Amino acid sequence: MTAAGTLAAVSGLARAQFRVEVTGVGVPQIPFAVAPFAVPAGLPQDVAAIVAADLVRSGQLRQLPGGTTVLDEMARPDLAPWRAQGVDALLTGSVRRLADGRFDVRFRLWDAVRGTDLGGLSYPVSAADLRLAAHRIADYVYEKLTGERGVFSTRIAYVSKNGERHQLWVADADGENAQPALTSREPIISPAWSPNGAQLAYVSFEALKPVIYVHDIATGRRRLLASFRGSNSAPAWSPDGRRLYATLTLAGSSQIYALDLDGGAPQRITQTGGIDTEPAFAPDGKAVYFVSDRGGSPQIYRMTPDGREVTRVTFEGSYNVSPAVSPDGRHLAFISRIGDAFRLRLMDLSSGTVTSLTDTVADESPSFAPNGRLIMYATRVQGRESLMTTTLDGRIKTRLAASGNVREPDWGPFPA
Amino acid sequence: MKFLSTTVRLFPIPRLGAALLAAVVLAGCSSVKLDEAAPVTDRTPTPVSPAGAAGAGAGSGAGSGAAGASMDGRTVVPVQTPQPGQAQPPANLERVIYFDFDSYTVKPEYMATLEAHARFLNADRQRRVVLEGHTDERGGREYNLALGQKRADAVRRALALLGVQESQMEAVSYGKEKPAVEGSGEAVWSRNRRVELQYR
Repeated sequence: MTAAGTLAAVSGLARAQFRVEVTGVGVPQIPFAVAPFAVPAGLPQDVAAIVAADLVRSGQLRQLPGGTTVLDEMARPDLAPWRAQGVDALLTGSVRRLADGRFDVRFRLWDAVRGTDLGGLSYPVSAADLRLAAHRIADYVYEKLTGERGVFSTRIAYVSKNGERHQLWVADADGENAQPALTSREPIISPAWSPNGAQLAYVSFEALKPVIYVHDIATGRRRLLASFRGSNSAPAWSPDGRRLYATLTLAGSSQIYALDLDGGAPQRITQTGGIDTEPAFAPDGKAVYFVSDRGGSPQIYRMTPDGREVTRVTFEGSYNVSPAVSPDGRHLAFISRIGDAFRLRLMDLSSGTVTSLTDTVADESPSFAPNGRLIMYATRVQGRESLMTTTLDGRIKTRLAASGNVREPDWGPFPA
Repeated sequence: MKFLSTTVRLFPIPRLGAALLAAVVLAGCSSVKLDEAAPVTDRTPTPVSPAGAAGAGAGSGAGSGAAGASMDGRTVVPVQTPQPGQAQPPANLERVIYFDFDSYTVKPEYMATLEAHARFLNADRQRRVVLEGHTDERGGREYNLALGQKRADAVRRALALLGVQESQMEAVSYGKEKPAVEGSGEAVWSRNRRVELQYR
């Protein structure tokens, strides 16, 4: 199977559990082409197609036909015909079997306009990591052409619900390779990646009340971190990965506490008799955004991590929840109730300007990609719970729809 | 550029049984386990059946505290301490309290129900109830968890005012995660804004 010579289908590969759809167009789009890679027969993954699908899914690049002539990384193609077709960047490459059973994946990127070599790399990988090699190539191409770091090699966590079967999943950012970390007959909510991507904190109702676990992804081992009296929820990692802020009801009402991962008594941070919940650290660790009804309705506030200085952040409307801070600390994504609709919104923190990013009515749970260029969120489309991504200007969206209901996404960090 | 493998190995974690209350409990989460099937203690002594069937006496609950005479004088009947009082209130006692939209106060029409629950709990301090707060489907999951908690807490305070001890109650929330009725619209939402009294 080859994707060469065809405009890449917008949807993902045939076996994809998720179907990715790009709606909307970003201007301008960089035109690129992927020539057929030199590959052995029976290669289990179409590396070139995975790279192309990643780049197309960003919405910032547009794929043109790659022709039928195989071009590997050592080829020195005549770039004039490509340039004449409107191609700005040409990707060539190969996959070769190594003696030890692994594969050597190589590529080279050409700037067809300037006629220059934009470099290339080689990745020796097992068959199981061929997809990851493709994602790494897509990251390289994306960064060379846009100047931004790619997120194609990152992972996401999310929850599915099919009847009484709840599962916590870890998947590649394109939705492939989804593996269940937890299966339960009771709900699971609020997964939160640790800053180093090795663990997931989440809330599980398996004990017939909400409690917080910290789960090691690679080993499947997990630790009960918070099962205090009442409800335990909304885990949020500090940027140094040493503490989790969470919402506990020890004192009666829902309040934010700091929990040291090494154990010890929780330290109370907020001091109201009402609702304070959904903590979210700013990336520099100097502030924590959170939701409070201290003003009479749920709004987003910001406080120092010791809870002493509190500033209100949202002023429009009577219901603003689920804060998520961009990795550069400059934007805040959140959910506003507008009429009967719950809608994803974005605030520029320096100016306070707020924009709406969607026209759906049941948005939840925004989470920034680690390069800060995309937001993943949950919503309902045609009656089905789906995950979506959007660019910060709201123009380019993708939908990851599984069979069944998916919700509660959290975007993982850049791989180490 | 060094390539780093990020092979992920995940082990599906088997479903855990219910009631797995955990090790890290801070304040007063009493873990008295109540045998839900325990019948009311029967203090009438009953004769012990012949040796081959003596084991039946221990589990049936009928022979509490009674050391009946055995047929041949050598069978020992285990003495059972009196069982705790019945753990579940009468089956016809309503266990769900409904709430109006955006409201966290118990409506007067439910006070008689709460008084009956309070009588049941006050009669035996070993009895324990979990107050589960719920919301309708609208809005964020975590904020709804806090709203459900407010509802459960309102019922807890009402019961406390009726004499129930704090150690007999725990207020928890399911937020919008466990609707009683699936769907949308006020007819459905009003059935989901509730507190359930669960005797566990």
